[in-house]
Amino acid sequence: MIALEFPEINSILRWKDIFPGFNKIALIAVLATLISTVIFLLAVRKDHSTAPKGVRNFAETIVEFIENGVVMQTMGKEGLAWTPFLLTMFLFIYLCNVPGIIPFFQMPATARMAVPMFLALMVWVIYNAVGIKHQGLGGYFKSTLFPPGVPKALYILVTPIEFISAIIVRPFSLAVRLFANMMAGHILLVTFALLSEALFQAKDKVLIPVGILPFFMLIFLTSFEVLVAFLQAYIFAMLTAVYIGGAAHPEH
Amino acid sequence: MEAIAQLIAATDTGAADLKNANAAMSAGYAYGLAAIGPGIGIGYLVGKSVEAMARQPEAAGMVRTTMFLGIAFTEALALIGFVVFILLKFA
Repeated sequence: MIALEFPEINSILRWKDIFPGFNKIALIAVLATLISTVIFLLAVRKDHSTAPKGVRNFAETIVEFIENGVVMQTMGKEGLAWTPFLLTMFLFIYLCNVPGIIPFFQMPATARMAVPMFLALMVWVIYNAVGIKHQGLGGYFKSTLFPPGVPKALYILVTPIEFISAIIVRPFSLAVRLFANMMAGHILLVTFALLSEALFQAKDKVLIPVGILPFFMLIFLTSFEVLVAFLQAYIFAMLTAVYIGGAAHPEH
Repeated sequence: MEAIAQLIAATDTGAADLKNANAAMSAGYAYGLAAIGPGIGIGYLVGKSVEAMARQPEAAGMVRTTMFLGIAFTEALALIGFVVFILLKFA
């Protein structure tokens, strides 16, 4: 009735190299880095004696959001030194997510596993290093693998579970959460765009008005993706803060 | 499953077709089953959070943060199911 063929998964996720070794994903990642750097470079140049406005106001809003919404909620006052790192993480992930809905880009850079995997590995190294620095090598592994307040006999069960959940599953789930959310959104958008395109071009004239339904769904999902892009960046930054805070100050 | 497999075998299709059909079917099951638990979990979690926020509006900020954390952990299970779906279907 209508010619609808879903393309190969690779043709919607894999992009041709712009020049060797540099494709659209790399372009988006580089742009994200540049934009976030430029925002803060512009913000820092302004006169400090007047009330903030323009770029500086915007930059201050982001910093305040990270301080109040992420750091203070999870690590408390002593975690404020981590604000620059979390801010960088948040902005980079957000600016990598958002091209998923910007026309002509239409691909979140985080929908390829390499980007979230590298970010998650970086977080993994950092929170383990922070734990070892604050508690010593033995102390860190003692407090993660042998949580206090558990009967001695149960350690046979608790220690392997804690090892798997704190050392292996954490970076994996951190990467997969971001990657799968963005890829699912991307595939959903592709599906509805294809469906409405096929219906609008259907040979059978009766089907053409039906195409409005998937088109409305497409618009709705696009606005939903705006929310998802922000939420995933926020959750990534917050989980990073939780892991670092937990490694620095174990529960007693 | 058995009956469908026999039916496909009876209609004289190749082993590759059978494999593709099974992969597509189990991909559907994988995502569908993986979505049940997190669906219930997130519904319960958000419902309880709303209840808490309504009872104590001054604690809303803290409840919201914890809610997002909980959603992130719960949602990961469904997303792993989605990744399995992609792997079964396309890999």
